[in-house]
Amino acid sequence: MQPKSRTSLALAKCPTGIRGLDEITEGGLPQGRPTLICGAASCGKTLLAMEFIVRGAREFNEPGVFMAFEETGKELADNVASLGFDLPALIRQKKVAVDHVRVERSEIEETGEFDLEGLFVRLGSAIGGIGAKRVVLDSLEALFAGLPNEAIVRAELRRLFGWLKQKGVTAIITGEQGEKTLTRHGLEEYVSDCVIFLDHRVSGQVATRRVRIVKYRGSAHGTNEYPALIDEQGLSVLPISSLGLTYPVSAAHVSSGIPRLDVMLAGKGYWKGSSILVSGTAGSGKSSIGAVFTNSVCSRGGRCLYWSSEESPDQIMRNMSSIGIDLRRHVRKGLLRFYSIRPTICGLESHLVALHKMVTEFRPEALVMDPITNLTAVGNDAEIKAMLTRVIDFLKNQNITAIFTSLTAGGAALEQSEVGVSSLMDTWLLLSMVQSASERNRVLYLLKSRGMAHSNQMREFVLSDKGIDLVDVYVGPGAVFTGAARLNQEAHDQAEAMTQHQATERRQRELNEESRNLQAQVAALQTKLANIAAEQRVAAKLEKQRADAARRTEAQLARARKAD
Amino acid sequence: MTKPNSQKPDANRWQLRLYVAGHTPKSITAMANLKKICETHLEGRYEIEVIDLLKNPKLAAGDQILAIPTLVRKLPQPVKKIIGDLSNEVRVLVGLDLRPA
Repeated sequence: MQPKSRTSLALAKCPTGIRGLDEITEGGLPQGRPTLICGAASCGKTLLAMEFIVRGAREFNEPGVFMAFEETGKELADNVASLGFDLPALIRQKKVAVDHVRVERSEIEETGEFDLEGLFVRLGSAIGGIGAKRVVLDSLEALFAGLPNEAIVRAELRRLFGWLKQKGVTAIITGEQGEKTLTRHGLEEYVSDCVIFLDHRVSGQVATRRVRIVKYRGSAHGTNEYPALIDEQGLSVLPISSLGLTYPVSAAHVSSGIPRLDVMLAGKGYWKGSSILVSGTAGSGKSSIGAVFTNSVCSRGGRCLYWSSEESPDQIMRNMSSIGIDLRRHVRKGLLRFYSIRPTICGLESHLVALHKMVTEFRPEALVMDPITNLTAVGNDAEIKAMLTRVIDFLKNQNITAIFTSLTAGGAALEQSEVGVSSLMDTWLLLSMVQSASERNRVLYLLKSRGMAHSNQMREFVLSDKGIDLVDVYVGPGAVFTGAARLNQEAHDQAEAMTQHQATERRQRELNEESRNLQAQVAALQTKLANIAAEQRVAAKLEKQRADAARRTEAQLARARKAD
Repeated sequence: MTKPNSQKPDANRWQLRLYVAGHTPKSITAMANLKKICETHLEGRYEIEVIDLLKNPKLAAGDQILAIPTLVRKLPQPVKKIIGDLSNEVRVLVGLDLRPA
């Protein structure tokens, strides 16, 4: 779908005020032209038409005429009173006119040429009486059943639509779905500007309403089927699948609430507005991760929505207080809102619409969906994936950080998220149970985290009454130890280290001793060497004296003989 | 039937109302046809009220008028409605219960 196109500027639109519908029609119904709303019985045609009139009168100051062929004014007023629409008051204020037209075939005998000028006159009078800008004809097909001459009815309908256009009123015509055609009597051939199809399907015992714009001449519009919901505020259409991958992203981080997990996430936590999948087997602590995050968001004063499909709000709060997390105070402050619902209550689309509505109303900065795997009760993996894609797109557009928990069935591959949504997620925390030495311990890994240098380390995940803590696991040669085994192994390692340390010290001492001994020996030898040298010097000196004495004796002998 | 004398003219009295919208050929034909049928079958005991919806549009809702022309038999009861320009006399008579179908 294109973002706001030029044609939507050229074509004047008449906003319906119905949530979502104005978004998928890019502004509303074609102004001053008729729109056909078709669908099977009880698909919400009359309600949509009535909301168009009531909201027009209340929100857009456009008076409207509701011409009912099937229900009386009182029946209509009663039906919409439950939606908070006070039809009699609007009629008294001359903002709405309701005209019940009864056509009874058995009362009518055709006796010649006729036309439907009476209808024109009534409609014209009602429009003129309150200055109506909007008109609903619900449903014109009663004319086919009530009047004998179809050729005349058709000709008159053609004239009616031309006349409505001339009047410049924005009109809604409703028609019941035919077997092969959009409406049983082919009304679509008269209304060429805008055709909207409502559908109410039941699959797997769950009913889902959907809205599709079949045609909208001269305007861009969403062409998909959009889920719709009728609740105490009327009809709402979910424009979610019209979102594209164009959302802005934040450069900010939010803390996960677990300091050591933040360290693993590049030291800062999750990206703000990212989607986080927490998957793990039963009892691995998925909800706790969600609750700790919730607590962290609310403690900073942020709003958080907690969607639970498993536990009631009270049960969640009680259970989380056992790990030292007090969620009740956030609820009291209005920062935390729980929404607990069994998935089987309604269809996936209805869940989506309900979630969308709550997020729009409450404007949280974070959302926890715990767990998404329960949705498998109302849809297959492909449907859930489609729904979650829309949830994620919607949340990302709103820059809401969301944690989705996913239960991995026992025996299934750990790195397989139950509903195949891992590729949609930015960050994936995997919790697994490690079984050893008659105990089970929780281990957390960070399987992926887009756009950040995240840790590749495994951490033991310890739940205590002080909350969650991450502990280094023992990674030894060929084995990973957690819990008691980790403690044992660590003690064992310590003892071993001690022994080794002592041995080293002893050896050190021995070496020192030996070194000292050798040094002593070296000293003794050096003394000996010195003695030898001294002795040598004495001997040399004695030898010299002896030689001198000999020379002197010889000289004395020569002198005494007086000879030479 | 305690007072047959006073009741009889009322019970026999026909009150007819013809709805038209302006002086169109169809409404003129219908008027002429109606007069003729009444003179033939109801001489002296009928009353015709012609309502032009262009002048009194509000009156259309009362008798649930859609088609123009519409002839409404107000009396005798029950109310009967006939649409069209009344050119098919047989049908008019059937519609007004003046002749069995």
